Amino acid sequence: MRLSYPADIKVIQVPCTGRVDILHLLNAIEDGADGVYVAGCLEGECHYIEGNLKARRKVEYVKKTLTELGIEPERVEMYNLSSAQGARFAEIASEMVGKIRELGPTPVKSTHAA
Amino acid sequence: MIVADRKSLEEILTMVKDNKKILIAGCKGCVTVCNVGGLKEVEILASSMKIARKKQGTHIDIDINVLERQCDNEYVAGVSDIIGNYDAVISLACGVGPQFLSEMYPDQTFYPGVNTTFFGGATQHGVWEERCAGCGTCAINNFGGLCPIARCAKSLMNGPCGGSSNGACEINKDTVCIWDVIVRKKMDAGKLEDLIGVRGIKNWRTARDGGPRRSIREELVQGNI
Ligand code: SF4
Ligand code: SF4
Repeated sequence: MRLSYPADIKVIQVPCTGRVDILHLLNAIEDGADGVYVAGCLEGECHYIEGNLKARRKVEYVKKTLTELGIEPERVEMYNLSSAQGARFAEIASEMVGKIRELGPTPVKSTHAA
Repeated sequence: MIVADRKSLEEILTMVKDNKKILIAGCKGCVTVCNVGGLKEVEILASSMKIARKKQGTHIDIDINVLERQCDNEYVAGVSDIIGNYDAVISLACGVGPQFLSEMYPDQTFYPGVNTTFFGGATQHGVWEERCAGCGTCAINNFGGLCPIARCAKSLMNGPCGGSSNGACEINKDTVCIWDVIVRKKMDAGKLEDLIGVRGIKNWRTARDGGPRRSIREELVQGNI
């Protein structure tokens, strides 16, 4: 199966989405990412029991923080799919890229010390 | 432990709106345990603030430092070399921390990044509840080990008020009427008579009502023992 997904996405592999931290998500936004999403296993199917559920809670926390800062919370998302769903992976990637294109570039611009 | 809640990002950002270089100072004591002012929370606040300032197009340099405890001059002195490097400092310790810092470094501006709320503990992950009001004359042994000073909305000492209803306090149905719990506990133990005697008026001079308090241990004042 050869599936293509948008080249705008940089994939960072982690052993389990439970490893993803609030700071990873915030730092990505801080460094100018237009959006970040976490692609975890299906709920109930985490090898480490609840890594993906924890990841979702962290995503929710970051969404709340972005809302507080007046930034669209949709720039951070959590998706669940199984490792056998390659087509779904590509679909999610396109969906996320589409959503971010609609939102436009991040309002978090790099600034330099005066 | 002392429990606190972080102030809103909006409030914190407003405090330092004119500053270009700040320090966020955490504390490894109570506020680390109640997940509000330890290393993790300090880093999250720093990143959130940088995002806010980048969005606004104004640069800010943020350093972080987590002190062993901000309520001990020994540790507060540990930042003497760097404290002058900043326009302002946000402390994520309880209200004691920024005061110890302000007293030791009178030329620096310290902002409280948290609202210090009460003495209590976690009843479940993520939920903290008040247990003690620091009245200075502990008497919980008279009430089945439960404190009506801190936990009854009216700090009643002689049984529940008329607002106690099905175990809930009249101020809010989600607040347990601690007098209901105390009475039930005594009933279950067959010791309801423990509560019969009328308790005299509490002397509040040992509480905040007597003014700021101080605790002196002569043997320690004289030196280490
Ligand atoms: S009686 Fe006073 S010292 Fe004891 S728990 Fe209650 S408020 Fe705290
Ligand atoms: S209902 Fe119970 S807890 Fe509430 S004020 Fe009355 S006695 Fe105190």
